Amino acid sequence: MNRVTIAGILLIAVLLIGIGVYTYQGTAIPEDKVLVVATTTSLEDTGLLNDLEAAFEEKYPGVDLRVVSGGTGIALEYGKKGDADIILVHDKTREEEFIKDGYGTKRNPFAYNYFWIVGPKNDPAGIKGLDPTDAFKKIANEGSKIPDQVKFVSRGDNSGTNSREIKIWNKTGLNYNGTVRNATWYIESGKGMGETLVLANEKQAYTLSDSGTFLAFQGNITLVPLITTGKSLLNVYSAIPVNPEKVKGANINLANKFVEFLLSKEGQDIIANYGKQKYGQTLFTALYGQPEPT
Amino acid sequence: MNEILEGIHQAVDLIITLNPEMVEITTRTLYISLSSTLIASLISVPIGGLIHFRSFRGKRTIINIIQTLFSIPTVLVGLFVFLLISKNGIFGQFNLMFTPGGMIIGQTFLIMPIIIAFTISALSGVNKHISDLAISLGASEFQTIYTIMKEAKYALLAAIILGFGRAISEVGVAMLLGGNIRGFTRVITTTISLETSKGNVALSIALGIILLAIALIINLILNRFQEK
Repeated sequence: MNRVTIAGILLIAVLLIGIGVYTYQGTAIPEDKVLVVATTTSLEDTGLLNDLEAAFEEKYPGVDLRVVSGGTGIALEYGKKGDADIILVHDKTREEEFIKDGYGTKRNPFAYNYFWIVGPKNDPAGIKGLDPTDAFKKIANEGSKIPDQVKFVSRGDNSGTNSREIKIWNKTGLNYNGTVRNATWYIESGKGMGETLVLANEKQAYTLSDSGTFLAFQGNITLVPLITTGKSLLNVYSAIPVNPEKVKGANINLANKFVEFLLSKEGQDIIANYGKQKYGQTLFTALYGQPEPT
Repeated sequence: MNEILEGIHQAVDLIITLNPEMVEITTRTLYISLSSTLIASLISVPIGGLIHFRSFRGKRTIINIIQTLFSIPTVLVGLFVFLLISKNGIFGQFNLMFTPGGMIIGQTFLIMPIIIAFTISALSGVNKHISDLAISLGASEFQTIYTIMKEAKYALLAAIILGFGRAISEVGVAMLLGGNIRGFTRVITTTISLETSKGNVALSIALGIILLAIALIINLILNRFQEK
């Protein structure tokens, strides 16, 4: 027999084994048992969703929860296109727009924490203790004076964190698209929260991070939280099922079950206790039926 | 440097202990990239043959276009296929988005230009005398093509190996169309990307080593058949 033929047969054999493993593993799950969750990177990077997924799948055997993570921008887009059944995001303005346009059924806040302004330990711009808006103003000021010492890394990816950051820049009265974005001290990473923290750490720059991801990454970086309070730093996470009336094929049944689970005592307990073991501190505050703080 | 050594150490560890998650991710990676290589080869080798054996107007232009597509960014292929298979795309009803099937389609598109172009050059490399000889011995057109294909088989195999290399190593298509879903569409490259973003450098290096080891094994198998 020709050697090339043997090689071909070998390849096909490996392939068939793969396909065998596959049909057994996943593809056999009927579409109505699959729940695609599009989530912001902060929920995925902290590891919280892994735990929620495990508990949810245990509660509803046979259900396959599939987590796709990206910024709030792309998560909303997946919802609009019908590729996700439920979205977990943190950008109230865009969430309300998403619902108003008919893509989502209801906004269900389930947890919150805070955005933190983090930066190098020696705090070259001297922002510690300031109010968030003043801090941003000071970073811009010092940044234009000593750009080799004071830098700011932005997500620059249309995520919830990014849009909050822009909101704060707009409050400072500076022209965001003109002055801020074109400044040499302003760096756009275009990456998820974790990678942005790593980049900011590399450059010893300031950045805005959700507290959860920051705590989860604390072991790997030397940046410290400098500003942790202020109304404009509140970070509420909510779950929005995709509306099957507007988006064909969205699995509303499972999406509603997942919301119910998230808001149940069981789900809220997982969220409230998450991080104690792994990071020595909880990362999220569960709402336990209370209205979201404003 | 330390991290690289630690990565190698961790790679050896993962392989010796047959870490279940690693085995699962590796099997999936092989399944997806081998499937796309097989499908792309089955389509591209005949297309390449057709282009080589037929003379028609604009042949040179077509070859130029195909060669240009070598440089197509993987994320662009991903985006293109995403628009096709997304639930409101034209192939939306097949539910291919965020599945291994969707990734296979993306990678197939990605590597087809490479295999087509290298098939053409493999066939061009066959001595013209052979086809003349075959024809003078009374071979039909099909027999002539078969003879030339047989003569070019090693070069064809090289084309396929190249395609496989691009498929197994790319991350854009896998990330965009697969979504990097744990236990379902997570492959070696997307895991490396995720672990790097989490700061687990050593684990990323370990996975990289595993990917290269797989590529080495497959190349060794194929090369064994190449040399006589």
